[in-house]
Amino acid sequence: MKFARRAFIVVWKDLLIEGRSKETLNALFFFSLLLIFLFQFALGPDHERLAAALPGLLWLGFILSALLGLGRTFVLERDNDCWDGLRLAPGDKSAIYLGKLAGNLLLMLVVEITLLGLFATLFNVDVGRALPALALVIGLGTIGLAAVGTLFAAMTAHLRARELLFPVLLLPIQVPVLLATVKATEAALLGEPLGSVAHWLKLLAAADVIYVAIGVLTFDFILEG
Amino acid sequence: MTADPIVRVTGLRKSFGATLVLDGISFDVRAGEAVALLGANGAGKTTLLKILSTLWRPTRGMATVAGFDCAREPERVRERIGLVAHGSLVYDDLTALENLRFWSVLGGGRAGDGALREALAAVELEPYAGDRVRSFSAGMKQRLSLARVLLAHPEVLLLDEPMAGLDQRGRKWLEEHLQAFKAGGGAILMVTHSFGQGLSVADRVVILAGGRIALDAPRASLPPDELARLYALHTEEAP
Amino acid sequence: MTRVLGWLAGLGLLAGLVMGFGVAPRELTQGNVQRIMYLHVPSILTAYLAFAIVLVASVGYLLSRKPALDRWAAGSAEIGTIFTAITLLSGSIWGKPTWGTWWTWDARLTSTAVMFVTYVGYLLLRGMIEEPERRARFSAVVGILGAVNMPLVHFSVLWWRTLHQPPTMLTPRPASMSPIFGVTLAVNWVAYTLLFAYLLAKRLRVSRVEEPAL
Repeated sequence: MKFARRAFIVVWKDLLIEGRSKETLNALFFFSLLLIFLFQFALGPDHERLAAALPGLLWLGFILSALLGLGRTFVLERDNDCWDGLRLAPGDKSAIYLGKLAGNLLLMLVVEITLLGLFATLFNVDVGRALPALALVIGLGTIGLAAVGTLFAAMTAHLRARELLFPVLLLPIQVPVLLATVKATEAALLGEPLGSVAHWLKLLAAADVIYVAIGVLTFDFILEG
Repeated sequence: MTADPIVRVTGLRKSFGATLVLDGISFDVRAGEAVALLGANGAGKTTLLKILSTLWRPTRGMATVAGFDCAREPERVRERIGLVAHGSLVYDDLTALENLRFWSVLGGGRAGDGALREALAAVELEPYAGDRVRSFSAGMKQRLSLARVLLAHPEVLLLDEPMAGLDQRGRKWLEEHLQAFKAGGGAILMVTHSFGQGLSVADRVVILAGGRIALDAPRASLPPDELARLYALHTEEAP
Repeated sequence: MTRVLGWLAGLGLLAGLVMGFGVAPRELTQGNVQRIMYLHVPSILTAYLAFAIVLVASVGYLLSRKPALDRWAAGSAEIGTIFTAITLLSGSIWGKPTWGTWWTWDARLTSTAVMFVTYVGYLLLRGMIEEPERRARFSAVVGILGAVNMPLVHFSVLWWRTLHQPPTMLTPRPASMSPIFGVTLAVNWVAYTLLFAYLLAKRLRVSRVEEPAL
């Protein structure tokens, strides 16, 4: 299918370029490490306190990384006027949006796995049994984060105040995702069955569908610059 | 009986806020014809090109390519045009071949690596297929830009000062390619700032001044000093 | 037209004040501070109306590119944000004597606060884009996303506060809803809606003069 090939070539291109420069990935890895320090210093050495706050801290870490890493999604397109090239290439522009979204999902997942691993190791929390449930929650939450993040990244790429506007626009929209994921993560880490948080998961799924749909429908208008 | 023009511009107006840049432009370009667009800085040449390439919308009037309205049916127009402008529209961190592959697939093409390499060979970049564009000179980027555009087999080429940044050899090379494109039935609209560069390709000359067409004549009817005089007259600039 | 609206709004507000302070009785359990409901509830309802207009105008703008729709969206967003602020402030003022605290993370207040922040972001975005066409397009997308997000916010905040916890519906609703309360509320609601319409009409007139060339 042509649409899928076009979306995939966007992912391929972004992965190639990121793989060669490694700018974003390196910075985010290091940022994750710094976050661990930050949380530790902010909350003190009490292990119980950290373990109790873990779901919230985890998602704070994910969101902060997203604010850092997602905002840059389209900045590279400004070089050599490649942005115009994206507009001029005939075909449904939402393939570009979905390709960028997929790339961002991969980026976020790598960072999240890193953060989760660091948390588990350095704060000595056992996440092993909860992994399947955690994977589902993190997957659903990240889609929501990346769907809106990719759209707003395209929007703010041309604006002088990009670094300010991106978080200001993204965070209020992400409130439902944040609330749902923290509650569901809490349940998962406590070993509760996912059925107990089914309503949260359904909310996340609904949010994901809505955000991606709006992204697909409105991306063309944003790409116009 | 000649066929309908492939590019039609009718009563085109473009304003940015209170500034009127294009004030009622009308002209045509036929298949197999090359039109050189001249004018002083700010005369509206690049604006016209941006509208024809569907990047900007007109404030009033119409621009069509192959019968498709640039503002209302941009995708149909994009399938038929190729733009070579100031930005090279290639990624510095990809190789020449990777760039062609990306832009070809994104545009819906199915060209295999063989066809991509042929496209590179046609612009004499085949030996550099595996080199990153970051290492290319301006002229090489220009050639890659052209290869990228020609790969999609456009019917109309829109060029914004394509000769700038090319050396003597490069300019001759580009002229040959543009002649070949014309001979193949393609139409060309080429913006040049200082005339003399690339005019040998042009069949017609259009001078834009103050947002209007001041002159639209076959190049054959204008010997060089006559053209220079008219240019200076309409743009109050020496060529 | 605008002037008629202005007069109607003025009369409505007057009627609302008279009813709110004069005709409606003093509420049994909460005292006079309960009267703030006549400001608090109509404000939020008017804000909802405003943001519904933002949604419709935003979609309309993207489909038609008519500058008038962008003006409607921008004007409604501004006034809606002000009414949301009034809702939050009045809720806070009511909360202090009633619950002893200026702010609580009660479900409705929290949702309203999120709505407030969402549209402040919308206004900030508009403030930072000078090019009128781009400003209209980008804020339309944010306007749509913000509005569609509201139900998600509502449910997520509601569940966050009320599940596994006794429901706390902190609201200046009177203990018994005898008809006079409802009538007073309705009169005020109509008055505030008229006020919104009047303010919007004035705002549209100003923006039409400001950007004639969009």
